Amino acid sequence: MNQVAQLYMDTEAEQRLRALIEKGLPLTPRPWLTLAEQCGMDETEVRATVERWQSEGLIKRLGLVIKHRPLGIKANAMVVWDVPDDQVVAVGRRLAAERAVTLCYRRPRRLPDWPFNLFCMIHGTQRSRVLMELDSIVMRQELGAIPHQVLFSTHAYRQHGARYISE
Amino acid sequence: MPSLINQLDTLDRRLIDGYQRGFPVCERPYAVMAGELGLTESELIARLERLQTLGVLSRVGPVFEHTKAGASLLAAVAVPKNEQEAYAELINQAPGVNHNYAREHDFNLWFVMTAADEEQLDKRLDHLEAELDRPLLRLPMLEGFHIDLSFPIPWQELENP
Repeated sequence: MNQVAQLYMDTEAEQRLRALIEKGLPLTPRPWLTLAEQCGMDETEVRATVERWQSEGLIKRLGLVIKHRPLGIKANAMVVWDVPDDQVVAVGRRLAAERAVTLCYRRPRRLPDWPFNLFCMIHGTQRSRVLMELDSIVMRQELGAIPHQVLFSTHAYRQHGARYISE
Repeated sequence: MPSLINQLDTLDRRLIDGYQRGFPVCERPYAVMAGELGLTESELIARLERLQTLGVLSRVGPVFEHTKAGASLLAAVAVPKNEQEAYAELINQAPGVNHNYAREHDFNLWFVMTAADEEQLDKRLDHLEAELDRPLLRLPMLEGFHIDLSFPIPWQELENP
């Protein structure tokens, strides 16, 4: 992972650009020009750099980053599963294909405290709906034999995008 | 209190539905978006500003692929429920923390620690662990099956809960 990160150690101007766009593009008619002036590149270079980051996959998506809680999408369940090791990849792929699942990761167990090796997130307007959705996923994907726990969030102390460079 | 959802008209919803990805990388991106929605550039910018004021829009910008953008790790810690706030505050103050949530579990505080590289990440976690004086559950991502945070907003469900 270190090596992967190293690949993206950009020039100083590019690092400044990254730190700036992590905080959001200016809402000015020519946002790329405004950014160019702030990071010491010209506008064409800024756009070319952002397009390169997109094609390299460093930028997953570019657009409106919406806060879901204020909209009323308040139920946020982290569902953790204890899947036999030889099934975890297949189960992860099946969960990820479910519409309601917004994130799905494999992580290590930490025995004895933490037996779970697969995590997924289900967001919704209400707990009851999220739990109903989970029930139907368990049925559809035939996961009844796999132990799982649901961890609803009760409070968000901080919720913002990762800022890798600016801190 | 008028619900937030009722303050978003059809154009706001189209803007949110249509531009969580695919922001134009051209000279006048807001003008391009405005053209597609039948607005002027300044009307579109005003709408974005309003969404930001309403607290619906965090920012217009990129979502980075975190395995490529630097190092990060999900961690959890079990703290006494009546001291949860104070521990959460300590976690918030640590450099590199984003997403800090309370969850219903013995491990009741969950956060994501970020850093420029793995070495700095480990240092930050070690430091915070010492400060909290409680063991951290360190849960690095081993494999991502679905890692895009954008998902369709269920407008109808939000209007008729």
